[in-house]
Amino acid sequence: MSGPLQLQDLRVTRDGQAIVALDLTVAPGEVLTIMGPSGAGKSTALAAILGTLAPAFHLSGRIVLAGREITALPPHLRRVGLLFQDDVLFPHLSVGGNLAFALPPTVRGRAERRARIDAALCAAGLSGFADRDPATLSGGQRARVALMRTLLAAPGALLLDEPFSRLDADLRAQIRGFVLERIRREGLPAILVTHDADDARGAAGRVVSPLGLPLMP
Amino acid sequence: MITAGLLRQAPRFTLALLTLPVLAGLAGTVIPAFSNDANGLRALVQWPGLPRAASLSLVTGVGSAALSLAITLLLVASLWGTRAFAAVQHLLAPLLSVPHAAAALGLAFLIAPSGWIARVLSPWATGWTQPPDLLLLNDPFGLALTLGLVAKEVPFLFLMALAALPQTDAARRMQVAQSLGAGRIASFAVAVLPSLYKQLRLPVYAVLAYSMTAVEMAMILGPTRPYTLSAQVVIWMADPLLTGRATAAAGAILQVALVLAALGLWHLAERLARSALIGLAQRGLRAQAADGPARLIAALLGGLITGGLFFGLAGLALWSFAGLWTFPDALPASLTLNTWTRAAPDLAQTAGLTLTIAALATTLALALVLACLEAEHRFALAPGAGALWVLYLPLLVPQVAFLPGLQVAALRAGLAGHWLAVAAAHLVFVLPYVFLSLAPAYRAWDARIAVAGAALAASPARVFWRLRLPMLLRPVLTASAVGLAVSVGQYLPTLLVGGGRVETLTTEAVALASGGNRRLIGAYALLQMLLPALGFAVALLLPAWAHRHRRGMAVAP
Repeated sequence: MSGPLQLQDLRVTRDGQAIVALDLTVAPGEVLTIMGPSGAGKSTALAAILGTLAPAFHLSGRIVLAGREITALPPHLRRVGLLFQDDVLFPHLSVGGNLAFALPPTVRGRAERRARIDAALCAAGLSGFADRDPATLSGGQRARVALMRTLLAAPGALLLDEPFSRLDADLRAQIRGFVLERIRREGLPAILVTHDADDARGAAGRVVSPLGLPLMP
Repeated sequence: MITAGLLRQAPRFTLALLTLPVLAGLAGTVIPAFSNDANGLRALVQWPGLPRAASLSLVTGVGSAALSLAITLLLVASLWGTRAFAAVQHLLAPLLSVPHAAAALGLAFLIAPSGWIARVLSPWATGWTQPPDLLLLNDPFGLALTLGLVAKEVPFLFLMALAALPQTDAARRMQVAQSLGAGRIASFAVAVLPSLYKQLRLPVYAVLAYSMTAVEMAMILGPTRPYTLSAQVVIWMADPLLTGRATAAAGAILQVALVLAALGLWHLAERLARSALIGLAQRGLRAQAADGPARLIAALLGGLITGGLFFGLAGLALWSFAGLWTFPDALPASLTLNTWTRAAPDLAQTAGLTLTIAALATTLALALVLACLEAEHRFALAPGAGALWVLYLPLLVPQVAFLPGLQVAALRAGLAGHWLAVAAAHLVFVLPYVFLSLAPAYRAWDARIAVAGAALAASPARVFWRLRLPMLLRPVLTASAVGLAVSVGQYLPTLLVGGGRVETLTTEAVALASGGNRRLIGAYALLQMLLPALGFAVALLLPAWAHRHRRGMAVAP
């Protein structure tokens, strides 16, 4: 049930000053990039869509995902997935435990859940990693586990918060390719936030500033 | 399932739970002093021991609080960042969990005329073949009591200072001051102490109030003719005649007034010290010559405190296994399990009840503290400075001033003498410590984990149970161990609310103290130490075992 992510006249202000002003639609499989220097409101835009905006901010407008308005819903009911700058794997769970946490409870039966997790690991080139301690993985492996974890939760849209900025240069292009390819294959509307022009070009979609001005990467 | 509305009320409910018993108890204590034509007040004024008892409370209390603070600051100033500091830290931390009564009994055994020190020195150095007739314990000046209080409060203040230090940017400030030519002690006093003391103030006030009003330590180590005021209040309270209760109530009022006066004096001294410090800083205090002696004194005093407590407690343990042990032998002639086997049924029953009360009080306290902290996180509440004062309220108001009122309330409700009432009274004292122990780790938890959980469609409850609580297993268990230790060590709440019918290891140990059966005292005191120690062992080992395959959960060295 994937559909477009619509930001309808979405405005975030703080003390009367506009920080985010977006009025656009992200189609399934499209990756929209929000670019700007740090402190320009990129993270605020993500927090607004995610539903984790601090009380000091004021939000107006509507956020509609696949025809369902999610503006007032708590974060866990929005079906909006997130990839962090760091992978933020849960350190007390195994790799498989991290993936199982994301798998919806509607997937029933131990065997069925285990099969879904193994399939996700296989797709990430990490077969047999289910029982591993996340702290023992390399940076690239952790990034792939984080992506598979996000996808297993079956989100309707994906937010990417500079997810490649901590990776080495050669790994970076490879992981970026992997992530973008998965997004297109799943047909998810996605928003990438970055200050890196390479990442913006790699996403090969529209590029805007947090205030909605079109940019050329 | 806790609804969000209920959770949101948790902080308010918890603050009320701390405030109401204290205020209601105070009122219940004070009223009898004025009833019956203020008979109680008149009896108090006519008591010949009053001036001495009151000044003892003031002098031992203020003296031991000032000494404890001075030793703590000296230890931190001269040893912080050195290898010796880590050693002191590891030695003092376990001493914090030793109940006051056990520590007092251990010290009493060490310094008594027939104690371990006298035995080791006799007869070759002292010539004593009989215990000398010296008033080393229960001395009229309260020196033994002061020593005991200092030994018990330094570990507490030291650990509170340790928790506050990272927030003072101490390392960089010391570096800057030292690069400007100031000695270590001078750097600490001028650059770190002002912001450190700001955070130490409430713990110091709690130490001052406690030291002035400690009952079990005063009964074991303190003067007896007269007792300190608080100890005398408890004795009056046990008076079967009703006049005793009225006198006790009047004494409690005086005790509150004394504590308030001491806090006022202390606050004045704070201001004087502050302007003195500013003056020294402006005159360019260097004092490099002070560093060597200061380090020596700090090491000596730190060693004396840990050594005194350690050998005192070891002596108690040894007594419980001692066969024949005559003066002046340094060690018993034989070891036996006789004391333990004979007392086993009583010990087991008392330890069981002690543990049951502690477990209930700690579980309730933990649930409330977790609810408060989770509400703070979910609803982005910012606790004010007032909340911290309320948290410290049960530690600042003298116990003899509000527990009698609670006892009367418990009697009226038909609950006095029931262990559930005792556990409820313990909760008031356990909760602040559990909160203080858990809050820093809870608030420092990486909030991005919660965002990651929510982005994976996990409800706030699921994030709490599956992510936050398991990740905070170690601090949660440590806070529980602290709560357990606090409950096991409670004397006056157990005695009063239990109406003498609820016997815990602590009330039994204190009751035995005057009898002089050192073997039995040793057994009770050893168990009294063992229960909290077991709690801390679990808090250390269980997370290490649960996370043995998770490198990301290892404690930072």
